Amino acid sequence: MNLHELVSELIIDTKGAVTGGAFTWPSADSSLGVFLPEICLCVTIVLMLLVRVFAWGRKCDAFYFVLVGTGLAFFLSAPWVHLGSTGLPSSDPASVERMEIFTGMLVYDRFTVFIRSVLVGFAFLFAIFTKLSGIPDREDGPDVYTLVLGATLGMCLMASANHLLMVFLAVEMASVPSYVLAGLLKGRRLGSEAALKYSIYGAGAAGVMLYGISLLAGMLNTAHLPTLSARLAEAIPNMESGELTVLALAGLMIMVGLAFKLSAVPFHFWCPDVFEGATAEVNAFLSVASKAAAIALLVRVAIGIGATPAEHFHPGVRSEKMSAVARAVPDELQGEGLFAVALVHEEGNTQNPNGSTGDDPVAKDHAAAQRTAADDRLDPAREFIGKLVAFLAVLTCTFGNLAAYAQTNLKRLLAYSTIAHAGYMMMPVSALMVMAGHDAPAAERAVSAIALYIVVYLFMNLGAFSIVAFLRNAMHSEEIADYAGLIRRCPLTVIFFSLILFSLIGLPPLSGFIGKFAIFATLVDGFQRSAANGAPQAYLLALLVVGGLNTVLSLFYYLRVVKVMTIDPEPAHRTAFVYSEISLQGAFVFLLTVPTALFILNWDVLNRWAIEAARYLLT
Amino acid sequence: MFTPISLLSLIVFLPALSALVLGLFVPGNRHDLLRWITLGATAGVLLLCLIGFGTHPTSFDVGAASMQNVFNVSWIPSFDIHYFMGVDGISLPLVVLTALISFLAMGASWSIKKHVKAYCILFLLLETGMLGVFLSLDFFLFYVFWEVMLLPMYFLIGVWGGSRKEYAAIKFFLYTLVGSVLMLIAILLLYFNSDVTILSDQQLAEAHVLDGAGGPTTAEELEDAIEAGTRSKHTFNLLALAAIGQHENGFDRKDEAGKYVEGSGANLQWWAFLLLFIGFIIKVPSVPLHTWLPDAHVEAPTPISMILAGVLLKMGGYGIIRICYPICPHGGYDLAYFVCLVGVVSMVYGAFAAMAQKDFKRLVAYSSVSHMGYVVLGLGVWSARGATMYTSDYWNMGVQGAMFQMIAHGISSAGMFFMVGVIYDRVHHRNLDQFGGLFGKMPVYTGLSIGIFFAGLGLPGLCGFVGEILVVLSVFKYDVTLAVIAASVVILTAGYILWAIQRVFLGAEYKGPHEESITPSTPRENAIAGVLFATAILLGVLPYHTVLRVMDRTVENQVDGLAKWTQDIKEVPDSETTDPEPNAASELTQVVVQDLSWRIGARPDPGLHETDDPMQP
Repeated sequence: MNLHELVSELIIDTKGAVTGGAFTWPSADSSLGVFLPEICLCVTIVLMLLVRVFAWGRKCDAFYFVLVGTGLAFFLSAPWVHLGSTGLPSSDPASVERMEIFTGMLVYDRFTVFIRSVLVGFAFLFAIFTKLSGIPDREDGPDVYTLVLGATLGMCLMASANHLLMVFLAVEMASVPSYVLAGLLKGRRLGSEAALKYSIYGAGAAGVMLYGISLLAGMLNTAHLPTLSARLAEAIPNMESGELTVLALAGLMIMVGLAFKLSAVPFHFWCPDVFEGATAEVNAFLSVASKAAAIALLVRVAIGIGATPAEHFHPGVRSEKMSAVARAVPDELQGEGLFAVALVHEEGNTQNPNGSTGDDPVAKDHAAAQRTAADDRLDPAREFIGKLVAFLAVLTCTFGNLAAYAQTNLKRLLAYSTIAHAGYMMMPVSALMVMAGHDAPAAERAVSAIALYIVVYLFMNLGAFSIVAFLRNAMHSEEIADYAGLIRRCPLTVIFFSLILFSLIGLPPLSGFIGKFAIFATLVDGFQRSAANGAPQAYLLALLVVGGLNTVLSLFYYLRVVKVMTIDPEPAHRTAFVYSEISLQGAFVFLLTVPTALFILNWDVLNRWAIEAARYLLT
Repeated sequence: MFTPISLLSLIVFLPALSALVLGLFVPGNRHDLLRWITLGATAGVLLLCLIGFGTHPTSFDVGAASMQNVFNVSWIPSFDIHYFMGVDGISLPLVVLTALISFLAMGASWSIKKHVKAYCILFLLLETGMLGVFLSLDFFLFYVFWEVMLLPMYFLIGVWGGSRKEYAAIKFFLYTLVGSVLMLIAILLLYFNSDVTILSDQQLAEAHVLDGAGGPTTAEELEDAIEAGTRSKHTFNLLALAAIGQHENGFDRKDEAGKYVEGSGANLQWWAFLLLFIGFIIKVPSVPLHTWLPDAHVEAPTPISMILAGVLLKMGGYGIIRICYPICPHGGYDLAYFVCLVGVVSMVYGAFAAMAQKDFKRLVAYSSVSHMGYVVLGLGVWSARGATMYTSDYWNMGVQGAMFQMIAHGISSAGMFFMVGVIYDRVHHRNLDQFGGLFGKMPVYTGLSIGIFFAGLGLPGLCGFVGEILVVLSVFKYDVTLAVIAASVVILTAGYILWAIQRVFLGAEYKGPHEESITPSTPRENAIAGVLFATAILLGVLPYHTVLRVMDRTVENQVDGLAKWTQDIKEVPDSETTDPEPNAASELTQVVVQDLSWRIGARPDPGLHETDDPMQP
């Protein structure tokens, strides 16, 4: 391969095949073409910083930049197009299947679309929330929003990482702005302490993770996840126990980094302190966006290591072939033309471990059979990941719920609540690992349970933290004791907050139940299918029981907050405060509570989107 | 006039809609308006039940054993969850009971003076939850309604309750939530093991699996749809789950070769039965999971105690009869003795505990534990085995007795709690040792009270008697020891109730505080108590025509189905079935039963054993 070929391949990878469309505009199946939402965020950041150079620019409110930028990015990620419809033929460049972009560093599939939409959509809501709560003020606005958007960008990368190096970079890119955000309120001891603790923990975790990555990459001579799993499948049967130990160690170390981002026990120590020290706005960001990205990354890494990837497209291939087909083949032969696409794609797939040239259907079947065989060899890896995640999930869930009991500060209580919820979100990953080798569609349902949970969780937690922030502005307190008898002052807010808290417990008919139901369902499904395959994985049932018991445990502390607000009398010493519920703040809280209360009426739409989001992860 | 979907949806959601109207449009300081609207909504539900189930085309046909007024609308296709409701002989009496007790309890709610608006809204939401539980036929929907009740109940006890209200409220919430988590696990286990393709065309039609426009209409089309991925082979349909549970390969999982794994379904049913049963007996409640009940009852305000005792406890019994037995017969068969034992222990323990109470309301609460024991006992009797073959008569009698006992207890215990509430409103204490002499001061109240307490005692001619006698008689065939103990509980019941009557109503003078505020009962109180007492008499005198007739065919159908299942699947070797020398006790039972020539459907029930019964059809 000479330099010319290399460069032209790179161009095709970046902006798509030359055919079709203007030369300067990236085609729909190129790296840049599918990366537009992220680029949109970058442009927003740059614009926000640039306008400050000018005197008139300093008067602009950065909020509007964020609103437009995230709105546009959400529009560009277009989940309603990619997840709402399944009608597009797979050769159409606009249809989203698995496609590796930027020479395999990132992967673009429906899961990317989904998580990116959630993150960008959250950033949009978050901007409105900060505007309403008044933190940051106009002076700090551009700084804070730059950090928020930068972190969001890193989180989008986390959700689409396909390379261990990218995993590390994305985690850092999401973390570093978060450290600064934790110390957002300058000059406050608690805030500075939070930021310091967060960054030290973060640095330690990142170091361990990098060590794990280098071990893994060193053993298997690659950091590209699909290649890595293929090599692992080849190597595992012949590995000696010493090598397996190193492999397990590498897995553990990578898990440390992921667990830190998820705030999973025992790497959660930063979480309560940071949540107490940082403002409620930052808490909302960390608890929703950061967690969604972290769980998506866990799914990516788990699938990346534990399953041989499905066949995938490279940028440019589809549009090139389409135009070729359109030129050469009459309409009635379209189907054959599509088949040719797949064959050519396989030829071009240098990562394909079996090296088949794919001349005829027999060879294709053969390749598929080889893929299944390779997949079977990954069973030990999957079992290791599944049990590791299950163990951490049990610890996280139980510890989070138990530790929340003693809290007197509402933000700290919600911090433990997010820890517990991270535990629930990790559970389906175990089911995913159990089913991945044998029943890909069912394994994708496990991921869809996570996706569903993320959406309902977004509304619950953003709602909870916005109420905390708005009330803080009025009462100047975040202590649970100061919320006593609040229902007599602001009944609507208390009712909404109670609904959100009940939803966090997971009681029907509120939306939290939907997420829990989907998760529990996938655990049972995983157990049934493993039993049908002759190897029942009873630990999934144990997870189910632990999850159920944790629901009961969590009842106490959420209910205590509700009880304090509704049943307890108002404290005599509370200073008078003004909080108007008929306001923009009230409307915002209302709009966040409505989905929480009413998703149950028709969560099929949500569930179908979630199922679409997980499609093509394994098949 | 109505279609099934409009009638049942309206019954269930009319209270919730009224709550919405109250919340949005009625100002919180118009207390009387709020109460009247709420009373109107509960009355509306009662009227809807009476008119809807009484008139064409939604009228209830007592001669049909199947589900009636069924509608099935797809709700969450990706999990195959349906908005699926219907009514049969088991649920109809409970729905009417719920509507009646809610109406009366709202009538008793004029004593609630604090936060009236919130009270009314929560009360109405509670009613929606209760009605939904009895009418849903989709397991997911059932579960949602089951939980919907929790939140209003928590607040109704926690805000409007007595001195230890917070403790009582969270205890109630916690116990129920543990039960529902167990239920959720069982639901998911059953769901993922269910396979509708093993059902025949007829079974699919009976279970309404194929309802819905544009969907598959035959079993083959259904299989095609499952192949194509547009339908799931798993189901939340309670009727289909019951059919699968009683199928020979029900819930059996297939191994890799596609063959059924012997015994896997039975094992699953056993566990699911246990989980569901624990969940339901928490609600019933049975010893040893009953401890939330005395606290909740004592602390709850009077109308909420009425609802708790009158309706909420019945959900446990309803769950056992509707879900545990039909869906998990393997578990029911294996655990039959355990279930009966739980029932008998509850009866005895509850009666002794009631005897020891000093608090009037606590006494009534423990009497509920004791009386609901009859329900569990009656449902648990798996005495399908006759001398040489399976006959379902005794079993049928036990289930009918349990069902009747639920209705009767709903009336009598709600009445007892109301009566305690009336006197508590006046003297603000419930100490049994500090009453006495109320007969002279409140004659009408005392008369009604004694009547209602006698109904709870099980005096023949009042409603409590019929259920108890049916249950006790049915148990003799199953296990004589249990039957003797169960029968002797009647003495204990008489003991604590007569003793309570003596201490409260009789005697020369009132011994407690606030003597000056003892005034005769108001017309409103008399009306509520009068309705309850009249119902108790009506049910006691005409048990067949009022209640048993309605549930007769349905219960018989379900019991016959289970008896047939027992015969087919669990067939016991001959050596066990033939008992060469029946002991004296069982001979006696046979004589008694033959003498009554008791056969459901052929004659009125044995509660009416006068030979010249004028009501005989």
